[in-house]
Formats: sequence, C-alpha cells, structure tokens
Amino acid sequence: MEAVVFVFSLLDCCALIFLSVYFIITLSDLECDYINARSCCSKLNKWIIPELIGHTLVTLLMLVSLHWFIFLLNLPVATWNIYRFIMVPSGNMGVFDPTEIHNRGQLKSHMKEAMIKLGFHLLCFFMYLYSMILALIND
Amino acid sequence: MSAPAGSPQRAASARMQPRLGGAAASGAAAGPGPAPRQQNGPAQNQMQIPSGYGVYPQNYSAPSGHCFQGPGKMTSLPLDDQCGDYYSGLYAVPTQNVVTPKTTNQQAGAQQIYGRAPPAPHNVGSTPEYFQGAASSASHLYTSASQPYSSLVNHYSGPAMYSANSSAVSQGFPSTCGHYAVSTVSNAVYPSVSYPSLPAGEPYGQQMFTSQNASTVRPVRDNSFSSQNTALSHPSPLPPPPSQQYHQQQSLSGYSTPSWSASGPPSTQDNLVRNHTGSLTPANNNPTNTVADSLSCPVTQNVQPPKSSPVVSTVVSGASSARLPPTANHLVEPVASVTQPSELLQQKDMLSSSASSPAPDPAPEPDPTPAPVPTAPQPSKVAKPFGYGYPTLQPGYQNTAAPLHPGGQPCSPAYSGFQQYTQQYPGMNQLSSSLGGLSLQSSIQPESLRPVNLTQERNILPVTPILAPIPNLNLDLKKLNCSPDSFRCTLTNIPQTQALLTKAKLPLGLLLHPFRDLTQLPVITSNTIVRCRSCRTYINPFVSFIDQRRWKCNLCYRVNDVPEEFMYNPLTRSYGEPHKRPEVQNSTVEFIASSDYMLRPPQPAVYLFVLDVSHNAVEAGYLTILCQSLLENLDKLPGDSRTRIGFVTFDSTIHFYNLQEGLSQPQMLIVSDIDDVFLPTPDSLLVNLHESKELIKDLLNALPNMFTNTRETHSALGPALQAAFKLMSPTGGRVSVFQTQLPSLGAGLLQSREDPNQRSSTKVVQHLGPATDFYKKLALDCSGQQTAVDLFLLSSQYSDLSSLACMSKYSAGCIYYYPSFHSTHNPSQAEKLQKELKRYLTRKIGFEAVMRIRCTKGLSMHTFHGNFFVRSTDLLSLANINPDAGFAVQLSIEESLTDTSLVCFQTALLYTSSKGERRIRVHTLCLPVVSSLADVYAGVDVQAAICLLANMAVDRSISTSLSDARDALVNAVVDSLSAYSSTVSNLQHSVLIAPSSLKLFPLYVLALLKQKAFRTGTSTRLDDRVYAMCQIKCQPLVHLMKMIHPNLYRIDRLIDEGAIHVNDRVVPQPPLQKLSAEKLTREGAFLMDCGCVFYIWVGKSCDNNFIEDVLGCPNFASIPQKMTHLPELDTLSSERTRSFITWLRDCRPLSPVLHVVKDESPAKTEFFQHLIEDRTEAAFSYYEFLLHIQQQICK
Repeated sequence: MEAVVFVFSLLDCCALIFLSVYFIITLSDLECDYINARSCCSKLNKWIIPELIGHTLVTLLMLVSLHWFIFLLNLPVATWNIYRFIMVPSGNMGVFDPTEIHNRGQLKSHMKEAMIKLGFHLLCFFMYLYSMILALIND
Repeated sequence: MSAPAGSPQRAASARMQPRLGGAAASGAAAGPGPAPRQQNGPAQNQMQIPSGYGVYPQNYSAPSGHCFQGPGKMTSLPLDDQCGDYYSGLYAVPTQNVVTPKTTNQQAGAQQIYGRAPPAPHNVGSTPEYFQGAASSASHLYTSASQPYSSLVNHYSGPAMYSANSSAVSQGFPSTCGHYAVSTVSNAVYPSVSYPSLPAGEPYGQQMFTSQNASTVRPVRDNSFSSQNTALSHPSPLPPPPSQQYHQQQSLSGYSTPSWSASGPPSTQDNLVRNHTGSLTPANNNPTNTVADSLSCPVTQNVQPPKSSPVVSTVVSGASSARLPPTANHLVEPVASVTQPSELLQQKDMLSSSASSPAPDPAPEPDPTPAPVPTAPQPSKVAKPFGYGYPTLQPGYQNTAAPLHPGGQPCSPAYSGFQQYTQQYPGMNQLSSSLGGLSLQSSIQPESLRPVNLTQERNILPVTPILAPIPNLNLDLKKLNCSPDSFRCTLTNIPQTQALLTKAKLPLGLLLHPFRDLTQLPVITSNTIVRCRSCRTYINPFVSFIDQRRWKCNLCYRVNDVPEEFMYNPLTRSYGEPHKRPEVQNSTVEFIASSDYMLRPPQPAVYLFVLDVSHNAVEAGYLTILCQSLLENLDKLPGDSRTRIGFVTFDSTIHFYNLQEGLSQPQMLIVSDIDDVFLPTPDSLLVNLHESKELIKDLLNALPNMFTNTRETHSALGPALQAAFKLMSPTGGRVSVFQTQLPSLGAGLLQSREDPNQRSSTKVVQHLGPATDFYKKLALDCSGQQTAVDLFLLSSQYSDLSSLACMSKYSAGCIYYYPSFHSTHNPSQAEKLQKELKRYLTRKIGFEAVMRIRCTKGLSMHTFHGNFFVRSTDLLSLANINPDAGFAVQLSIEESLTDTSLVCFQTALLYTSSKGERRIRVHTLCLPVVSSLADVYAGVDVQAAICLLANMAVDRSISTSLSDARDALVNAVVDSLSAYSSTVSNLQHSVLIAPSSLKLFPLYVLALLKQKAFRTGTSTRLDDRVYAMCQIKCQPLVHLMKMIHPNLYRIDRLIDEGAIHVNDRVVPQPPLQKLSAEKLTREGAFLMDCGCVFYIWVGKSCDNNFIEDVLGCPNFASIPQKMTHLPELDTLSSERTRSFITWLRDCRPLSPVLHVVKDESPAKTEFFQHLIEDRTEAAFSYYEFLLHIQQQICK
C-alpha cells in the first residue's frame, strides 16, 4: 500500500517538476521578449489550477497515509499555492496578469518562485523515490 | 423572430426620426447576416421584410434634397480648405527668398543651405508638411562661407537653420513650386532632412502654413511675432555673459525675480527697448555675439510669444515677459513661429546681401553653435520688425516681396530638402532648457543645496512658478539636451550605485510627455535611419564619433560604422561631417520611417463613436452637445482622404448606422441579440468621411432627437464594446465611448459597489480596483488590434469607473469624467464637455504606436505608469497616442555606473500619423552621474519626484490599500529628509532641514494627501476618487502639477507693473500666493488656477469698484450664484483681468471653465478644498504636517 502511495506521489511530483520547468521556460521566454505578455500569461494561467490540485493531492495523500514529515514539508507550499490563487484581485486575469507582469519586478518574483518550486519538487522527488524503494523493499 | 422580442423593437423603431431608414435585425431569430443591406437601396422608401429577419419598416419621409450626392462632391473638402487658406495666407516673403537666393548665389563663398525642390505632397492638402526641398541651389542663405551651419546643432538654438527651414516651407508650397522647379537637382541619393511640423493632418495645419500675411490679418499672431521679436533681440546685443545668464534664467524660470534683473547690465535693457522700437541698425554689426546669443535667439523666438511688448519698462518687462509657463503655448498662434523663421531668413538674406559680412567664427567644431552667431542674432533682431507690422520697416520688407503664384504642382517626392514647420503649440520649455543650461552652471549647486529650515521659513512658495532644474552638464551637452517638458528625470544627477540611491531615499524615474505639441521639430527623411547595431538605439547628440567612419553608442558602448549616406549633410551640403547632421544636433527629432518599420500598410484614421442612448443618457442631454461638436469639427478631424467614421448607439439593444455612400439617408440597423453580437452589414458601418459626409451630417442632425421618448433604461455597454471591437479590428483606430450609467445588461455588467456611508471613512476605502476582468480583456484585445478606447463617462450616479476605466487604461485611451452631468441643469459641465470635445476631436493623433524606452547599460526600468499595455520589458504598446498623454517610468540601478560620467535615456515613439505616414519621434536625455550624496540632493527635481510618487501611490492604493499609500507618501518625505539631515553633520537635528531643491517636497506631499485621490475623512465619491487616480496616472507633468498644487493669484488689484504684452494686450503678472486662507482677505478677489478649472473667489467686502468694473454687478449681493463668464466691460480693471485669464487659458490645450465663487456661497467649499496649507477637520495644516514629519524623523 505504501509503495502505491509513493509511486503515485512520484508520478505526481514528476508532473509538477515538468510544470515548474515549463513555467520557467515560458517566463524566461517572456523575459527575452520571445513571446508577448498576453500569450505568456494565458499559457501559464491555464496550469495554475492543475498545479494547485496536483500539489494539494499529494499533500493530502501524505496526511492520509500519515507521513507527517512529508506532509509538513509540503504544507507551506500547498498553502502558498492556494493563497496565491485566492488572493488574485477580481479585476485581474489570473495569477499571471499580462498588464502587471512587467511592473514592480513581478516577472522576477514569478521566476524566483518557479525556481524555488522546481528545487522543492526535485527534493521531494528524491524523497519519494527513496521512500518508494524503501517501501518496495519492505514489501 | 419571436413576438416578445420583436415588439419592443417595433416600438423603438417607431420613434425614430423619419429621415432615418431603419432595419431591425433580430439576431436571435435570424442569425447573423447582412441581409438588411439589400433592402436599403437609396430609392427604396419601404423595406421589404425578409423572412427570418426582424425588419420593420420605418416611417420614411421623402429623402431630403441633398441626400444624393456624388462622392466626388465631398471628397477633398477639407483639403481644399486648407489649400485655400494657405494660398490666401501666403505672403510675399517667400518670393523674396526666391529672389535673394539668386542674388546671393553669385556671391563668392556663398553657402547653400539646402536645395529646394517642388514639394511632392501626397495630396494638395497635405503639401505643407511634406515639402521636401531638393538639393538644388535655389537658395543660398548665408553668404559667409566660413559658417559651418552650426546653428543646426540644436534646433533650439539655430536661428539660421530655422529661418532657412521656414523659408523652405513657404517656398515648398505648391504655389511657389514653379519658381523652383528649374533648380531641382535630383538628390534622391541624399537623405533629405526636413523640418516639418508633425502630422500634417491636424486641424492646425492651415495655420502652420499660413505666412505672415495671415498673421497680419489675425491680430493675435501679430502679437506673438512681435513678442518674439523682442525675445530675439535680447541676446544679440548682449555679449556679456552675465546678461545672458540673466536672460536664460528668465526663460528658464519663466519668472523674474528682482535679483535677476539686477544681474542684467543696463545695456541689456536698452537693447531691449531699442529692439522693440524696431531700430535695426545698432545691434546688427555687433560682432561680439557669444554662443549664448546664438543659442538663445531662436529659443526665445519660438518659445515666448508673449514677449512682445515694446512699451514695457526695461528690466521688468524682460523678466516678466519670460513668464509664460512652458506649457502655455497651446495658443492658436503656431503660425507666428512658423513664419517667423522665414522672416528671419529674409532678414538674413538681406543682411548678407547687403554685405554686412559677419565675423567668421574661427572656432572649429564640434560645437557648431558659436558659428552661426554672427548671422543669427542679427537677422533675428532685424527680422522681427519686418514682417510684423512695424510700419517703418514694412516698406523694405515689401520691396523684396513679390506675390506668389499658386499652381506649381509638386513633382518628385524624393528630393532631399530641409524644411521646418512649427507644431501647433509652441513649446517653451524645450527651449528654456537649452537656454538655462548656460546660466545656472555655477550657481545651481550651492543654491539647490542651501539648507532651508522648513519650520522657520514662512513663505516657502516662491512667487514665480518653479521650473525644472537643469542637469549639471557641460555647455555643449546642455544645449543639446532634451526639453524638460518632454522628458524629465526625478534626479538630474544620477547616483552612481543603487546603494547611493537607497541612501538618498528618493524615487528615481522618468516622466515623459513624448507626443507633446511642439513648435519646432526637425523631421528627417533618410533612406537609412542610423541605429546602434546591438541595442538599436537611434543615433543622437550624445554619441561619440571615434573618427569619421565610426561612432560609439552611448547606451551600450558598441562601436558602429557610419553609413555612407550619413556622411553627407544635406543642411550644409557638405560631405564628411556626420557630427553635424540634424540627428546629431537635436535631441528631439522625428524620422520618417521606411517600410521596415511597418508590419502592414499604415492604417487610415478610423473613428468610431459608441453612444449611450438609454433614457438616462437622453435625459442628461449630452447627445446634442456631442453632435454639435462633431458637426463643427467634422472637417477638422485629423486624417486624410481615407479617413473613416462610424457610429454605434446602444441601450438594451445595439443600433448600427449604415452610412454607405449612395444611400439617400442613414439607415439604422438594430441588433437585439446582445449575447452574440454580430455586425449586420460589416462593410457599410464604417464609411469614408468624405464620401459620405452628407449622410453623416444628416445622422448627426437627427441623432439628438431620435431617442427623445425612449423608455429604455438598460445599458448594454459590454456587447456594444464587443461590436465596436469587431467593427474596428480589421483596421484599428479610435473608439470613443460615451456612457452615462452603470452597464446593466450583457457581458461586462456591473453592480453598484459604493457604500455612500463610507465616503468619508478614514479607514478603508474599498473597490478601487476593477470588479471584473471583462474590460481589461477587451482592452487587451483592442490593443492587439491597434484600437484604443476612449471613455467619456457622464454620469450622475456611481458608475464604477474603476472597472470601466480599464477599457481605456490598457488600450492607451483616455478617460473623461463629468460627474453629475446635465446639459441644462449643470451648464458648467456642459461647457467643459464642449471644450474638451473640441480639443479631443481636433488634436493630433498617432495610430498603431509603440514606444520603446532605452537607457544606458547599468540602469533598468521596472515599472511603467500611464495608459498602455506593456508588451515586453521596455516596449509599450499604444494603440493611439495623443498629445495630452503623459507617462512615467521607475528606474533602478542594476550595475554600478562608476565607469561612466553620463547616462542617457532615449524614448522612441513609432506611430502612424493621421496622414498615413509612419514616423518615429525620438527624444534623448542626457544626465550626469555623481558619486556623492550631496550632489544627488542638489539635483532633485521636486516636481518630477512628486509626480512619480503620486503614480506609485496610485498603484499602491489599488494593490494594497489607500492608507498604505498615504503612509508611503509621508514616509517618502520623512525618509528623504532624515537621510539628508544625516548627511549634513554640522546642523543640529532638532530642526527640520531640507536642501533648497527639496524645500517644496513636504508641501507637495501634503497637497497630494489632500487630493481627491488620496484624501480620507472628507466625503469623496468613489468615482471621483478613481477618476483623480486615473488622471494622476496619465497626465503629463505640467498638467498634473497644477492639479496637485493650484496657483493662486490676487486679482482685484492688478497693476501693469511687471506686465507682459501679448497680442497688443497688457497681461498683468500678479505674484503667486500660497494656498492658505490667511492670504484671502475679505477685501480682495482671488483667482485660483487648478489646471482644468478656474475659480474666482470674491470676498464679502470686496471693493465695489472691482465688482462693478470686472464682474458687472452693482454690489456683492447681486453677484449671481452661478457665474461662469466675465462680462466684457470697457474698464481698465476688467480688461486687465480678462487679459490675464485669457493668457492663462491660452497656456494649455483645454480652456478651463471659470467659476465665480462668492464668499459664503455653498460653492465655496469647492474652492476652499484647494487651500491645501490650511487645516481641515480631517487633515493637517502645512505647519502641523511639518511638525509631524519632524516628530517622525526624531523617532
């Protein structure tokens, strides 16, 4: 059972890693002026909810399967994702707003955030991998 | 179609005016289709009802007689007008030029400035702008060979150049072409440099091209000329540097202070007077002209129309004459400046031919300015009197002049030439910057750093307006630098590192007014536009030429090759002097762009009006005013023969108007399916203005009465905007939306969010942000299709401007708001609408524009303010650009600037003019880098800093909260003053000390806190607040400063001392009063200039003479409550007052509405809320505010 949990987490984590990389690539495209803000933001906004769901799912899974440490590790990031999604002002077009993204260093902070998430997911990936192997061996 | 849907339509159509044909298509039942069109043949009075379409016959009246008109009839109406005007206005001067050149031609050593060729205008109407002189030898303006034409160095300074240009202009006209055709040399090879005024299409075009004749005809212009005369004449006779300084300072500061006048040697005064009287001889032979002279000549010339008064007492007059605020130049007198140069030219010609050989200037380049000196000042001096109705001189003038024969047609477009047009509004500051550059050099440092004890200083506000500080650059660069009107930086000394900037606690940013109406603008037509190969910077005056063949970019430091074409200077017709090209001599230039700069063929001017015709709108009665304005200005709409126009009205349905040429009358097409809006006849809704003019006029005449009995209260704004977007997306253009209530139907409907009880809350102000992203998305869609949406909100109740404004904010439109508008109950708002519409409809416009801002490596821009969409890091997408749009940019210092002593900023605005020409306007600003904190403080431009802070505060209040923004504003003062006092070690810290450059900072911040946008505790309607924020974001600095800190004058005792003379009128110059009730006495009357509105406050025991003579009332009690005009009384004080107010009005694009406010009338709160130094129940007085700051600092 434990193995199944971690296999799922591993897959989910892979998806999240890819998503982070996609965010970084798209944002840096915007930074380099390869795409315009409008299309960049609409591309990224599409993936905000999948990312949120994906990560919340793993977090809840860890809670359910009583892996406290991993749950607590994931909790802040999951909370941040939800908070960010909820706090979007009503007039904005999503977490990434094409009219704001070039202002007040938002692009940079989005970039930074994506980088941190990438690092975090990589860390999680190896943790899940280790745990999965451990669980498989135990089985 | 279902019956319920149909019946209201029938009702609606029944109330339509008989002249309108109507076709109502109900989309719901019928589905989109252009079906109605075929029924609308002109001859048909009745429509057939096609099955499946809800089409209802209208009451058709017999078509009125003039309904049928051939397209040809109306095609080029406006153009012809222009031409006619031009012709009639042509004076003899050009001819004179023609003659003179020939004579001078033979003189040995004569220099040819540039060739002239017949203009090759696109069409007759546009000729003026496009004249390109061929590089023929037609005119030789200068006899002295030694003159390197350095006058070109900066376009402010070179009178010679101007005169040349202007002459070119006048000659370039079709009428004169004949003369020149002979001399045409094909210089297609060479780049042509022309100095046309910008977009030709403007309504002012005629004026620009009319020449002095015209000016004589219109007294106004004369005046400006004469004024320029005086201005010009100043410098020439005054070699001594101090006097120059004096003058420059004047022009700079615009105001004279006694001390300045002292610095001017008496001789100056004499000269002044002399010049006024028109004595030519004395000064002419003066060889000792200095650089400053040459510089200042042209400057003053163009800048200061009001300077004309010959009568004025010496010192005062000089000083006061400079007083015209920089912005002021929107007078209708562009003509004057245009023609003036030609005058100059003449003069010059005459001079030179008359063998007064100017002393050649031995000084070699790179600073060309000195060279023209000998000729330039002299002609300028002489010139004025000539053209401008100085009787004595007139004969001489006419001698040379011969009538022009209109009729030469332009032949080849490819000639290179050089011409200059003035733009409609003379820009004073432009010049003043260059002028001032010289003067303040040594003195500015100590003065701006002089510590001021704020709490002790009682009169902190100077009696004269504050002008932009001059960057501390060397002379040459100062002269070349961009005008502070177009381009300003909050710190004129850029700190070397981010650490230093952080230490100074001052905001760093730029304030731009890129599309400002300019008087002088060099326009360059060249096959290759020289740009840096790596950063794409346009070549500018601050690049360095390593040798003849290479130049080093001043932004990225790359070394570039100089293209072959650039080696030739069309102005001097010389080869191998790339550093004398106009691009390198002017920091503001305009290029005519080649097809490389187009993604598609330049779009025509397209205007769409989207009008609310619901019950609310009809009740308010704006339609009458709008239609009237449109009818009056239809011919003045900027555009060419391709101009298109369309109308859409909406209530709960959307009405389109088929105006296709050939119809006997306009046809109304109603689409009631607002969920899926379609265009009933996509081709005939936007029609050619000239071909369908009669139909358009019919519609405009009928429109105000068409909906008089409407009972429809709903407003489907969102669907109407979607329809407008669909209509505009193939071409792009301008959509003007008139809305009178909260949108209540269809997409984008809004709910009322304002809680009236919270209006005066001191805590939280909610709903400053938009409620929906519908309008933002729509704006971005529009922006992508090069369509701008301008919003006119005429509403009596809450209309959620914060949401509606998004449609303009992100599509680069503009926003106008008329709270409690009613055409009869609120005449002042109606008048305001009328005036603003006039300006709106006739002002210049640029389409499909983008603006890119570049700065020296090491600096970076991180936040932009204004109405636009930021497409990439430094590229602003502007669907439309108008001359009243301002922008702000925040900067940060990414890398240390230790290895450079100068930084540069360049904005390039690429746009399509209303004549369908792709143009690039480039401004370049150069600033020094400093390493000490004291220098940073010395260079603070407090007005720019305040405007930038205001922009930042708006952002802050929307993104976080209003109180946060207010705190940030106060902290900005506290931080910067405490940072300063910590650098000044020898002062005790218990007193509040500010450097002189920052002494107004606390006052302005207090003024900001009391603005409608940021105030708390005073009842402020949400829409008013949001509108104030919108204005802060998109107004240029000059207008914004008036809004933040109005000017107060006492006007019951206007005297002629210090008065200036404009248009034969004496304009008194009362001193500025501080904005405090302590300055108001019951015995006085005061004028407050708030930028967009004037208040005259009349004290209770005001002198009866004033009330009688100026207000036309027997006593105080009989002054009416609502008085918006001063009667034209034949008394001295009335004349003075009116001339002062007219002068203030002429200084800005919009003429403000005047309110006479009686003391103790209810309207006085409007007036008193602007007295920002006083304490209100909710806010500090100025002194209390200072104490508060001091407390914060000590903490």
